[in-house]
Amino acid sequence: MNWQLMWDSLPRMLGGMGLTLQLIGGSLALGAVVAFAVALLRLSGNRPVEWIAGAYVFVFRGTPLLVQIFLIYYGLGQFEFVRDSILWPVLREPMWCAILALTLNTGAYTSEVLRGAILSVPQGQIEAARACGMSRALAFRRIVLPVAVRQMLPAYGNEVILMVKASSLASTITLMEITGIARRMIAQTFAVFELFIVAGAIYLILNFVASRLIKYAEWRLTPYLRARA
Amino acid sequence: MLELLSFGPNGWGGQLLTGTAMTVAVAVSAFAFGIVMGSLGASAKLSHSLILNALADVYTTVVRGIPELLVIYLLFFGGNGVVSAIASAFGYDGRVELNAFTIGVVAVGLISGAYSTEVIRGAVRSVPFGQIEAARACGMGRWLILRRVLVPQTMRFALPGLGNVWQLTLKDTALVSVTALAELMRATHLAAGATREPFLFYSAAAVLYLALTTVSTILFDRAEQTANRGVRRA
Amino acid sequence: MKTIVATLALGALLAVTGTAGAKEWKTVRIASEGAYPPWNATDPSGKLIGFEVDLGNDLCKRMKVTCEFVAQDWDGIIPALQQGKYDAIMSGMTITGERKNVIDFSVPYGTEPSVFAVAAASPLAKSLNIGVDRSDLNNEAAAKPVIDKLAEALKGKSVGVQVSTIHIDFMEKHLSKVSMRSYDKMDNAGIDLASGRVDAILGDRSVVEAIVKAEPGKMVVVGPNIIGGVIGEGMGVGLRKADADLKKLFDTAIGEALKDGTVKKLSTQHFGYDITPN
Repeated sequence: MNWQLMWDSLPRMLGGMGLTLQLIGGSLALGAVVAFAVALLRLSGNRPVEWIAGAYVFVFRGTPLLVQIFLIYYGLGQFEFVRDSILWPVLREPMWCAILALTLNTGAYTSEVLRGAILSVPQGQIEAARACGMSRALAFRRIVLPVAVRQMLPAYGNEVILMVKASSLASTITLMEITGIARRMIAQTFAVFELFIVAGAIYLILNFVASRLIKYAEWRLTPYLRARA
Repeated sequence: MLELLSFGPNGWGGQLLTGTAMTVAVAVSAFAFGIVMGSLGASAKLSHSLILNALADVYTTVVRGIPELLVIYLLFFGGNGVVSAIASAFGYDGRVELNAFTIGVVAVGLISGAYSTEVIRGAVRSVPFGQIEAARACGMGRWLILRRVLVPQTMRFALPGLGNVWQLTLKDTALVSVTALAELMRATHLAAGATREPFLFYSAAAVLYLALTTVSTILFDRAEQTANRGVRRA
Repeated sequence: MKTIVATLALGALLAVTGTAGAKEWKTVRIASEGAYPPWNATDPSGKLIGFEVDLGNDLCKRMKVTCEFVAQDWDGIIPALQQGKYDAIMSGMTITGERKNVIDFSVPYGTEPSVFAVAAASPLAKSLNIGVDRSDLNNEAAAKPVIDKLAEALKGKSVGVQVSTIHIDFMEKHLSKVSMRSYDKMDNAGIDLASGRVDAILGDRSVVEAIVKAEPGKMVVVGPNIIGGVIGEGMGVGLRKADADLKKLFDTAIGEALKDGTVKKLSTQHFGYDITPN
């Protein structure tokens, strides 16, 4: 084990942190929007809409992320009409393709988590809100959503960790995030083991921080569960 | 264009199908290995030994916290060294080698096992303690309780969670393609590059993976129904 | 009891291969990428084919050993050799000083210049054509103006190369200001050139030509044939440093195959021209 090399690789490897964080942050933020929309569509009561939203979730949960990334990056780029469309400036960039794939992937999983959480809100609470004269929309905004979001946090925490790990697959479409840099450095030093251990440690720390943040959010959002001082 | 997917000499259909078979083989073996690891991990977590607790915690935290791709690479390039060291400790001096299949199974199995650990631990804990007390009161020994009461109930409680772990495991096998094992993802990748038809081949792969996940969802649902046939419904 | 179980379990998991140390070579496992035509490729049945597979089989006959070709992704091909997953590499790998630090090479069995390819409609198809047919990096005085012109033409453009290659070394050393994207396989760089994600690709001449020919009329090979310097001393068989005996076997076999025209014959068959080193 070449400790010196591991130590020396750290600054260059951390140089990929910015890109990794952008990938995670971008796809989680956009994924939350997608998840919210899809969860609502699946609960809309309109059959065709529910079916389409369900099909999206089915496809993206049922296939490996790697296939999704390659399909979006290499697959879509193959077509003349895609390259001539207004979407090409976005799809041309590996960064946006990666964010798109990660977003659609996490959107599908998160929408299921959110849907489950919405369905778990006790009917009595909604009835009570309606009885107080709240409209359906207001009851949803004030009662159902806040309760559901608190409810889904632990499961969402797992999803965040999965996304931190999934961002490493962006290296397969030429992006130089942490794993990409590790692979590039391995090509120069041939020290596979050492460099992947350093990369692994960085991800471990990222995930530790992510799970702490989620725990903190949980704590903040559930003041009524804390012991009274 | 569809000729490329055919089974003839110029079609990659045969490769995709044997790749799919390999994917299933890796996934099933890794899932089984994962259940063994998961059972060990769960017993370690539930034991009263602090050392075992800590070991199991390190296992699940590390394996679930680093990208699957890195776990596979680390085993692919480091696995041989570890195994050779173990072999020479047993007095064998020749070169020992893990083939790509074994490495894939062990790597994906370790990941699968980390998730199974949590599922099995939760399932064991949801067996009501009163039942164990009742079994003891009937004069059953520890092994008999394990065999007749704990394991059957745990299996029932664990099934839905293990179904999710199976889906994860199946999809994680796609990453084993980096070790050049000829599973579905690698066959697809080679075909897409050689024919310059990435959309066609990655779509075909997506359909095949979807078929696998759909069939296994149905099978797990059936298993759950069977396991719950004796349970009273509300 | 536990020991027995553990040993059995290990035995079931492991494929125990040969005996180590001083040995007679009976089988030689040769790794190839299988995605680098015409050097090596994979056919639709999943079999490795190409110039190096035919040459490797010929060399093994001369060495009186059995050959077994195994597929291995390019970016792990050297570490996996060191790990003992196979005994030799024949994968269009150029002999370079950096690689010689970690592995050994046989004498070269082929050599090729490096070239750029661009979209036929791109302005680069003209501007990269700087009126020089061949540029030897060993002749620094003559190479400098050529590289300056290349750098000028490629300003603000992106170039796709394969990871862990002499072409990355070339870009980093001579065209470090040009943005570069590294691909796992040359095929994928070709797909991205065709779709316009990168403005140019740089690679071994025959491989770049194969990519250009795959979609007729869309792309062109352009600019000087670059040789020498970081482009290296030709392609050789990569071997572990410990296996000096195997190197000797390969050196002799390659020497014979070069002398009796086998390499030339196979090269004409796969490349359409002669790639034998001189």
